[in-house]
Amino acid sequence: MNETKAPGYTIARVEQGPPCCDPVPVIEIAGLSISYGGKAALTDVKLDIYRGCITALIGPSGCGKTSLLSALNRMTDLIPGCTVEGSIHFGGVDVRAPSLNVAALRRQIGMIFQRPNPFPFSIRRNLEMPLREHGIRNRTELSDRVERSLTDVGLWPEVRDRLDSPALALSGGQQQRLCIARALVLEPSVLLMDEPCSALDPLSSGVVEDLIESLRHRFTVVIVTHNLAQARRIANYAAFFWMPERAGKLIEFGQCRQIFETPAHRLTASYIRGLRG
Amino acid sequence: MTSSKQNTLPLSRSDTWLIRVLAVASTAAACILVLIVLFMLQEAWPVLQRIGLLRLLSDPAWHPAEGLYGLAPMVAASLAIAAGAVLLAGPFGVASALFVRFYAAAPLASAFRLALLLLAGLPSVVLGLWGLTVLVPLIGRIEPPGASLIAGVLVLALMILPTIALTTEAALDAMPESYLRGAAALGLSRESTILGVILPAVKGSIMAGVLLSAARALGETVVLLMVTGNVVRLPVSLFDPVRALTANIALEMAYAMGDHRAALFVSGLMVALLVLLFVLVSRRLGGGWSFNV
Amino acid sequence: MFEAVREQAMLRVFRDRGVLIAIWSAAAMVAGVFIWLLADIAMHGAPRFDLSFLIDAPGNSGRSGGIGPILVSTALILTVAIAATVPVGLGAAIFLSEFTRSGGLPGRAVGLSLDVLAGVPSIVFGLFGNAFFCIWLGLGFSILSGGLTLACMVLPVFIRVAEAGLRMTPGDWRNGAAALGLSRLAVLRQILLPAAAPSLVLALMLGIGRSASETAALIFTSGYVDRMPASLLDSGRAISVHIYDLSMNVAGGDPGAYASALALIVFLFIINGAAKWITDSLTARRIVTL
Repeated sequence: MNETKAPGYTIARVEQGPPCCDPVPVIEIAGLSISYGGKAALTDVKLDIYRGCITALIGPSGCGKTSLLSALNRMTDLIPGCTVEGSIHFGGVDVRAPSLNVAALRRQIGMIFQRPNPFPFSIRRNLEMPLREHGIRNRTELSDRVERSLTDVGLWPEVRDRLDSPALALSGGQQQRLCIARALVLEPSVLLMDEPCSALDPLSSGVVEDLIESLRHRFTVVIVTHNLAQARRIANYAAFFWMPERAGKLIEFGQCRQIFETPAHRLTASYIRGLRG
Repeated sequence: MTSSKQNTLPLSRSDTWLIRVLAVASTAAACILVLIVLFMLQEAWPVLQRIGLLRLLSDPAWHPAEGLYGLAPMVAASLAIAAGAVLLAGPFGVASALFVRFYAAAPLASAFRLALLLLAGLPSVVLGLWGLTVLVPLIGRIEPPGASLIAGVLVLALMILPTIALTTEAALDAMPESYLRGAAALGLSRESTILGVILPAVKGSIMAGVLLSAARALGETVVLLMVTGNVVRLPVSLFDPVRALTANIALEMAYAMGDHRAALFVSGLMVALLVLLFVLVSRRLGGGWSFNV
Repeated sequence: MFEAVREQAMLRVFRDRGVLIAIWSAAAMVAGVFIWLLADIAMHGAPRFDLSFLIDAPGNSGRSGGIGPILVSTALILTVAIAATVPVGLGAAIFLSEFTRSGGLPGRAVGLSLDVLAGVPSIVFGLFGNAFFCIWLGLGFSILSGGLTLACMVLPVFIRVAEAGLRMTPGDWRNGAAALGLSRLAVLRQILLPAAAPSLVLALMLGIGRSASETAALIFTSGYVDRMPASLLDSGRAISVHIYDLSMNVAGGDPGAYASALALIVFLFIINGAAKWITDSLTARRIVTL
């Protein structure tokens, strides 16, 4: 398990969970197409996300990776003019059913954004507010969950004495870890991450990357990243996207090692080697 | 296939209620204009239908008791006063803005700017009071009776000057620094820069501010009530007492009945349309909107 | 040739000097008139301006006594105006900012109607208020009619400022909140409205200031009665109307008018000062715990 990566930061120990070599799909995507105002961004994606594993979505900008991520927790509902076709099943449940309780869905599937976006409150309130809104009011339970999620992301020793100080006063890396803690506090089973390290400096980026790796087995993680080395380091599975005509397509999907060392498709091979994109 | 026509779908029951309440509030706000148009037309209709707009403008005099509804002298007075106020306030307002930006040292500039802001915030009735008790007697000494077209022009100019100055100042601030640097590099004097580079560059915004102020001058009631003498006649000299269209409404609404009242509503509509015309043209020229309108 | 150049240079120097003198003179004149105006009001208003003036009822048509009932009427009219403006205005601002797309039809329709409304002169509001509130709704000359008419006048600016304040809040917060499954109501209540508070306060203060200064819209909606109002349906005289009446209709009413004008100016000064203070302190606390 990961120990100290940089002075002053410690990642908490993580329990082991179901091994990743026995893949159980937790999200099943079939025939997924996303378009904005009529223009196709992503066409006909078939993909399975396996429980407890880290799946990296890689490929050049504009291939629809973020769109795919947004469709998984129905964040595409917020984009005017966005149409989604195809099927997405989470634990057997059709995510795109109009009768679905989207708030409950988003409690199970959390999302981390590229730019850290803590709310303009104290650290404590950032974590307690989502819990309260989802119906958890008991004081002891609230503070337990706050402490647990802050410990999970390694912030507890750093902020335990100033939980009521403003979240916006934290550094960029700390803010992003706080956002991850905020997603974790709802005890989701899946975490969607859209380039979570790209807005951070290299040191913080390393810390967050270690944190993501530590979430393996306990959570299912889908991460969009432009950093091929990062994907190689932490992912179990990788999905490579490309834009053959003007819309994004899934070119190849498989175990991370296989994608990076023996890619089947020549586009994948070129991208990995850095010749295209 | 899910598509989003709205910004978002309601996530919970409280959200459905929220959207309903908000939509009601917005509809209420949007309806006010509709209501105003409806009620104004309803009240004005009898006269418009029976007497007609042409007669309203061409009747020889304003004697509602005798069925004469000639608005022409008052329309002329309103236009003349607004024109005079704008002609006076325009140069002074622009000069004030140039003063604050290019001529005054920092402490003097802030003090002057504060004065402009305070002047902009003065209620029109207070300006009218000063005009009535101080300016009108002064004018009366030059040429009786004192309450006159020129009094209206002067006080109204004072009222709209801060608006012109502040919008010009905003336009000057929005001007790219590169213009000034370029002029300096060419060795142009401050005045040459102002006349040759700056004023042509902000011309549109200044015009927009001026038109907005003209709209305000046309719509102003209380000041004109207090200082113009309220006599219905076509202004011949600057010192003639006159009655503005807006002042007329304020004076006679209290006791007007039937056609008389309807005629007042017609004149109200005319004022509103004139003002809106100026505001639209001002907006077209790139003006924003002013808090003081 | 050098003669011609030198002549041109001299002409330019004269022109420059002329412009300089013109601008300084203009500024001096403006400053002079402003000081004259303020000094005049202060000098004429100060003698009668004391505590008893603010509390006593007017006597002898306002030539003596104070403005107590008038201050009460004004306060009531302002309260009615604010009570009507804030819910409708806030609702419309939230709707425009959060639930309509910037180019969409409902947003544009409401926005256009409000823009036009902002340009309507106050006398027309007086006419409308009279026809709609006093006659059609049967409220008669009353504080209620006056307050509601003022609400109509103030609404466009209030909505515009409030909406701008809401739009200024970072979209990241909305996305983050949506990803956490929070309801729109929760996001508004806990994050967006507190963050937009400085603009909301500013909008409120602008509304109060504008309402307090308004005369023409009140003359035939809330009436002229200068007694202490017994209810919202009673006619009441606002302070601006009082100033107008004393100076125009009452011989010897000038001192009273000046003192009232001074009171009004002081009130506006306090409102603007409070607005600035609240806005500054809210903005300073922005990064701190809400």
